[in-house]
Amino acid sequence: MAEHCAVIGVGQTQHDAKRIDVSQYGLVREAAERALEDAGMTYADIDAVVVGKAPDMFEGVMMPELMLADSLGAVGKPMLRVHTAGSVGGSTAIVAASLIQAGVHDRVLTVSYEKQSESNAMWALSVKVPFQQGMVAGAGGYFAPLIRAYMKRSGAPEDTGIRVALKDRQNALKNPYAHLKLEGIDFDQIANSPMLWDPIRYLETCPSSDGACAMVLGNAAVAKKAPKKPAWVHATAMRTEPTMFSGRDQVNPQAGQDCARVLYKKAGISDPRKEIDCCEIYVPFSWFEPMWMENLHFAPESEGWKMTYEGATALDGDLPVNMSGGVLSSNPIGASGMLRFAEIANQIRGEAGEHQVDGAKKGLGHAYGGGSQFFSMWIVGDQPL
Amino acid sequence: MRDVAVVSFAQTKNVRRENRRNEVEMLIPVVQEAVEKSGVPKQEIGFYCSGSSDYLAGQSFSFVMAVDCLGAWPPIAESHVEMDGAWALYEAWIKIQCGEADSALIFSFGRSSPGVIRETLVLQLDPYTLAPLGADPVSLAALQARALLESTDHSEREMAEVAARNRSNAKNNPYAQLTGDFDVDELLAEPYFVSPLRKHDCAPISDGATAIVIAADDVARKASKKPAWIRGIDHRIESHQLGLRDLSQSTSTSLAGEKAGAIDIDVAELHAPFSHQELILRDALSLGDDVKINPSGGALAANSVMVAGLTRIGEAANAIWDGTARRALGHATSGPCLQQNLVCVLEGE
Repeated sequence: MAEHCAVIGVGQTQHDAKRIDVSQYGLVREAAERALEDAGMTYADIDAVVVGKAPDMFEGVMMPELMLADSLGAVGKPMLRVHTAGSVGGSTAIVAASLIQAGVHDRVLTVSYEKQSESNAMWALSVKVPFQQGMVAGAGGYFAPLIRAYMKRSGAPEDTGIRVALKDRQNALKNPYAHLKLEGIDFDQIANSPMLWDPIRYLETCPSSDGACAMVLGNAAVAKKAPKKPAWVHATAMRTEPTMFSGRDQVNPQAGQDCARVLYKKAGISDPRKEIDCCEIYVPFSWFEPMWMENLHFAPESEGWKMTYEGATALDGDLPVNMSGGVLSSNPIGASGMLRFAEIANQIRGEAGEHQVDGAKKGLGHAYGGGSQFFSMWIVGDQPL
Repeated sequence: MRDVAVVSFAQTKNVRRENRRNEVEMLIPVVQEAVEKSGVPKQEIGFYCSGSSDYLAGQSFSFVMAVDCLGAWPPIAESHVEMDGAWALYEAWIKIQCGEADSALIFSFGRSSPGVIRETLVLQLDPYTLAPLGADPVSLAALQARALLESTDHSEREMAEVAARNRSNAKNNPYAQLTGDFDVDELLAEPYFVSPLRKHDCAPISDGATAIVIAADDVARKASKKPAWIRGIDHRIESHQLGLRDLSQSTSTSLAGEKAGAIDIDVAELHAPFSHQELILRDALSLGDDVKINPSGGALAANSVMVAGLTRIGEAANAIWDGTARRALGHATSGPCLQQNLVCVLEGE
């Protein structure tokens, strides 16, 4: 019943701690125009615009998509604004794809961004009384105990997280858009970096970035005329569970497991480890790579760390993960999920440049948010499903 | 396109200050009522979508807590828009069109009372050129009303008539906040609030929540005796720069109405927080004197921000269910001076 949908254009900004050279308008246009150029289109060709970002308090503008209508060429068109916490970049791409799959539109521009330097993200990420007990500082404060629980449960070697961080930081050196490019990074530098939220070290943590990501999506007729190779959307899925209740497994959340299961089923995948060529997944703190390898059914429970340890997730491994350097290297929060979805599309399109995985035909894009409770994922392939 | 219908609608009473219950506590009974009325078993609802704004709660990620009203276990397919719930309904309708779900629960919530809504909405303006002027929504609406009065035949008397009719209609709406019989001459004798607007031209400040269930094809037919079928739904946005728009018109409403097939309408529920905006919207949708406008009392009787648009779609469905209308229109607006508009056309069997 659903129409085919393909990614035909991808664009992203240079990510940095403070992009004081551009306004919010300039930031989203930098990504949008690169995506349009990649698709051989202009704003006039677009039927609808879908914008995503994390909390409005990061920039201090309530519902900023309203003011972005002009700069994204949306005047006279439908415009939607998605917000599903950290998973929003992925959810936004999924909403944009659904506009095409529903047969409502032919060409959709989707843009996610965050300009964190406009405010204080640490403040905006710390949920306060009366909404919640004021017990944590920022996202790291929330996730550190979950990592500690994973270490205890799995018996993973203490340096697993350091190895993930080293791999992602080395990958980022091959990505021209990455925010953090640490030339000469090595194991000892990461191991000796300050402990921020025990057991998360400074160099095992994502940065706060200004940045945007955009994609042009089209239906089959549009994709066939696209100037570059399209990446076909095989399946999308989203799942949510509540933040807190007694007995909830926050280390290996049911919502993530269910989301991956339904995603693989829709995409006709029975053995994800064998059938998927590479992944871009949401790893804001290094230890989340092994945790998500298990949650995504790439490894049995408590054995995800072995994939990192044995090099399976390295650029030349059997399941490369975060070839772009991932969230550890660029984290404009609202865009971080869409960057995963767009980077994996570029792998399938053969447009990933120096961090390209040779012959990638099927890839997974993944994002999560809230207290490990919101998940959005997609599978893209080099042929329509 | 699949046939999709509104099968249930529930709302809280709109009040000036809800200070006994938080957002989740407001939502739980409304969500339960919408599910029960829908006839769709809770475990069979295929998708959930909500609309709200962090700037009302004064807390980032405020929608995350709202998930607690759903009993989201086992995990559910769920999404959220930082928009009025009417746009959440649009996302759910799209999801059903994709064949990803056969039914969906949509809800929205908004409490204006924790802050000063007239100041909060200033932060919705472009931060470089508009917000620093401190132009609040009432002042911007007054500019729009002035543009309407100066460039058309519409009058302050018509605006007062709109206000009186909506509040009189609202006497029959147990969920409305501001109701009663008002004499137009007496209203016109009142002083200006922000010229040319008088207090009666402005919506009340409200706290409230709404939930709706929609369902497709046979799921709707099986669940509901009288599904209110969505015959068309479309939304459009205009420029954010007020100087680039003719404020006396609403071109985005006209376009959305055209795309949604807004003809032969019996009842229209228009989301007009200011009396003159109802006049603009009626012109934009070419609604004649034979169309009954806002039997619920509209936003001038209850205006929970982020909720009032979704409520209009629910009230339009009510008009189908109670036999007032064969075809009814629900409208939602967002942004300063009707910047963004959604039109949903409903029809009985």
